[in-house]
Order: sequence, then C-alpha cells, then structure tokens
Amino acid sequence: MELENFISINDLKKEDIDFFLKKADEMLKLLDSKEPLDICRGKILATLFFEPSTRTRLSFESAMHRLGGSVVGFADANTSSVKKGESLADTIKTVESYSDIIVMRSPFEGASMLATKYCSIPIINAGDGGHEHPTQTILDLYTIKKKKNTLSNLTIGLCGDLKFGRTVHSLAKALSAFNNNKIVCIAPNELKFPNGIKGKIEEKGTKIIQTQNLEEVIDKLDVLYVTRIQKERFLSEKEYLRLKGVYVVDNKMLQKAKKDLIVMHPLPRVDEINPEVDSDPRCIYFKQAFYGIPVRMALLSFMLKCQS
Amino acid sequence: MPILKNNMEEKKVRNIINGTVIDHIKPNCAMKVLSILKDIDQECLIVCINTDSKKYGRKDVIKIENKFLQENEYNELALISPEATISMIKDGKITSKEKVKTPTHIKGIGKCKNPRCITNCQDIETEFDVENGDKIILRCVYCESTNEYKN
Ligand SMILES: [Zn+2]
Repeated sequence: MELENFISINDLKKEDIDFFLKKADEMLKLLDSKEPLDICRGKILATLFFEPSTRTRLSFESAMHRLGGSVVGFADANTSSVKKGESLADTIKTVESYSDIIVMRSPFEGASMLATKYCSIPIINAGDGGHEHPTQTILDLYTIKKKKNTLSNLTIGLCGDLKFGRTVHSLAKALSAFNNNKIVCIAPNELKFPNGIKGKIEEKGTKIIQTQNLEEVIDKLDVLYVTRIQKERFLSEKEYLRLKGVYVVDNKMLQKAKKDLIVMHPLPRVDEINPEVDSDPRCIYFKQAFYGIPVRMALLSFMLKCQS
Repeated sequence: MPILKNNMEEKKVRNIINGTVIDHIKPNCAMKVLSILKDIDQECLIVCINTDSKKYGRKDVIKIENKFLQENEYNELALISPEATISMIKDGKITSKEKVKTPTHIKGIGKCKNPRCITNCQDIETEFDVENGDKIILRCVYCESTNEYKN
C-alpha cells in the first residue's frame, strides 16, 4: 500500500486499517521492551500547530522521539510567522526543506488538504477544524481492538455532541467498514448525528439507532464513546449551559452497564465523565490516550519508509 | 430549419465567420457567463443581452470570434444557464451545436458557504465536486461541506 499523505480516514481501506493496527501492535511490543529505538534515526518531524492542542502534539512528538527521530515545530500560531500574515503555502514550502514529514493542525477545514498541494514531503492531518482528525480514529479503533479483540459484531454507543464532534463521525465511518456493527447515537436533538453521514453509514449495512436517553440503552453497549460538548460550537451561552450537563457517566450509570463494557473519551473531558469512575476497570480513556503513541509510531515510520 | 432560424437571429448581432456562439443564455446572465469563461480577455466578443427568444421569451447571446471553446471550458456554464447551447461556426457554417452538460468538477467558481473552510481564509481558488441529482450539490474539495447550488 501507498500512503503519501494522511488527511482523511477515507484515505484508508479496511485492509490498510488492519495493516496499521497490526503495525501498532509491533510498536507496542517494542515500547514494552524499553529498549531505545533507532527506526527513524536521522529523520525530522515538523509539528505545525496553527491551533493549540497539547495532547495531540505531545503524542506525535513522543512517538517520533521513541522512534529515535527528532522534532521541530511550533505550538501556537501566535508565535509563528503565520500571525504576521504569511500564507499557508509559504509556511509549508519553507518547512518542507527543514524536515522529512509534517504533522499539522489548523482551525480551518481543509487546511491540510491544501498544504499537500504545495508540499513534496508527507503530511499528516492532526485536526482541521471540525472536519477530520484521522489519527485519532486509528487510535480509537486500536483501543477497541485491543480490548474487544475484534472490530466486528459490536454495539457501540456514541454519546454527547454528535453534530459537531468530528471524532465520532470518523469513528462511525470507519466502524461501518467492519461486519455487523450496530451504532447507537445518544445525543440531544440539537446535537444529533448529521443525516448526511448517517445515510452513508447505513448504505454500508451498519445499523444506526438514535436516542436521547443514555440510561435506557447503556446495558446493551459493548463500547461507550463519550465526547465533550464544546462551548465554542454554540452561539448562546444559555444554550450551551442547558446542554452541557445532559449526560454524565458516573458510578450509578455504570451499575447498569455490562461487565465488559469499555468507556472511551478522546479527552479532554469536562464533566461528562465523573472522575469517581476513573478507577473502574471499564474506563479506559487514559489507556486510549497512551495507545496514540504506538499508533502514531506506526504511521510515522511507515510514511517515512523506515523499516522496523 | 435551425440554420434559417439562426440566420434570422444573426441579423440582430452580426454574424461571425469563425468562432463560438453561446445561445439561449438565461436573460441578464451573459455577464455572469463571461466572468467564468477563461482566457477570453484578448478575444473579440459580441454580447447581446435580453433579446427575443421564441422558446424562452428573452435570452442572452455571446459570440466569441476566432475562438473555439472546449467542452471543459464551457460546461461550467450549465450551472448558470442549463439551457444554453454551444455552436461552433467554421467558414460561416454551423459545424456543431450542443447543449451544455453539468460538469462533475468545477474550479475557481463560487464560494464555499462554510465560514471555517480554508478557501475562505487563504487566497486560493475554490474547487467543488458536482453531484447532479434532483438538486445540484457542490461538495467542497477542501472541507467536504455540501453547498446546494442556487442560480
Ligand atoms: Zn469548503
């Protein structure tokens, strides 16, 4: 397979996803061995974060360091020349001569796709507005696979902001490539899963059920993927305050759930998961965040054509 | 008979011997059409706005002398005026006449309605994939948001 750039989860076929999940497992074994690695020695990763995202950036940087490579970049567009009005094209054309691969995040949708037009080295999209964040999807799939041993025959609950939450859109799309999954969308009416994406997923034979009530469905779920309701998506403060506390996963809620449920969250959380459940073995969001490392190691080394 | 009809129309605006005639353009849309045609700023153009049309009541006509538009140059016009026809004139005769077809991809026309789209904050050409169903849907190549096309 070829993966010149990784901009959208649609860039990968089901076999490609399987390939990266296997590769991530190899990376995990190497990490477990605690031996220093030199798979990407001599290679430089540039992290261009036109919008701050500490977690994602640190995860990529850590992955590159683990691979024995090095990292340059900026974490905040305010301190870079972008603020001075430099065009994206100029930034990219400059940075490509400083590095071997670029990871970028932008508040603007389609920014990474545009960057590929000016760039001769690989680009990975680490989030472009509300559009795509494909490496998050791979690590979500990897987490499910690790815990459930399969990506098929699962009932997956997506809960929270399903309208603007890009991670749930990409995850649902990716899950629909696997057999016999059922997706339960749990959201208030105002933040319902978009019909356009719903249609595309159903076309592939994946069943989608919509509800507003988490309590009613939690006992059916194998996976519960919770997302944050983001303040910046709302026009009025009042509307945000009304919706933000709609779903809370706490001990009481988890009492009704299956013993082998897994609770996931892309983090950061606000109050949709009560910290009292953090010690419940079903809550695996911190493990999920850690899995970002082997997954990104797999992607970086593959796209840099470095052999492990 | 189309040749005769065409000849009668030709009287209003002079005939061209060689070139392209864009006929049956929606009335008052000729300027819009000109704005999306590429590489015509050096050409001799004859533009007729709001002339009589038997079929539609009124119409616009554009003639471009000594230039033969290619399909990829004129199909974008279908988005402005789906009934428009394109005729090639060689040595004073119509050698071909075709209705414009909706293109599957357009570049440099229209604006993406998504305010967070990169095309609205960098100085670049927009690009859309065109889905032609009951409604014409333009899917932005960059942000993938769908824009319903309205004339
Ligand atoms: Zn767009």
